[in-house]
Amino acid sequence: MLYLYDGGLKVADILKEWYEQELENNYGAYIPFVGTVRSEDGIDGLSFDIYEPILESWFDSWQEKAKAKGAILKMAHARGDVMLHESSYVSAVFSPKRRVALEFIDEFVEAFKASAPIWKYDLKDGKRIYAKDRSTAIEGSGILGEKR
Amino acid sequence: MVRVEFLGPIQKEPLELDITNLSQLADVLQQDETMTEWLQNSAVAINDTLTSSLNVELKDGDKVSLLPPVCGG
Repeated sequence: MLYLYDGGLKVADILKEWYEQELENNYGAYIPFVGTVRSEDGIDGLSFDIYEPILESWFDSWQEKAKAKGAILKMAHARGDVMLHESSYVSAVFSPKRRVALEFIDEFVEAFKASAPIWKYDLKDGKRIYAKDRSTAIEGSGILGEKR
Repeated sequence: MVRVEFLGPIQKEPLELDITNLSQLADVLQQDETMTEWLQNSAVAINDTLTSSLNVELKDGDKVSLLPPVCGG
């Protein structure tokens, strides 16, 4: 279950919706992670590009990993501009017992940062500046640049 | 023809190239100095599946995407 929205996320509504979706499904643990834009380096906000075809297949592969542990995964992300103190990202794991969800949310969020096809920009002084220094090359990158 | 798309912050219009493998694409893109850094740090997908080898054949209608370093969340 992957949800994409234009602009900042309505976090309270999303968390409530997910809670209600799974309430009757006998999951003992619901562990969400919420990413909120904070003030630093004079930014007015962040902005995001998403490549949806690969994000969907990437997310499906992680849903299969969750399923193998008896858990399920949900994720919401913003497209476009997200201003200070708005949220751009919510993900959550539901599992029968807490330990699986606590460990899996950690693993999933770290993998998300390193490999989901999403690009972040700082909004500053009316410009949209690629957050190059905070970005990570996807595993296997660089093949087209190999010396020939 | 093979369509080549440049995603995220790579400011380059899509290309339509008459090529039959990824090595030929590397030859073409390495001629473009504005692409040097992106070629070093971008991942490559063919028809939306990532690949880590240049030894891949391409056929008419295929789509190649370049994915520069990511940062979601």
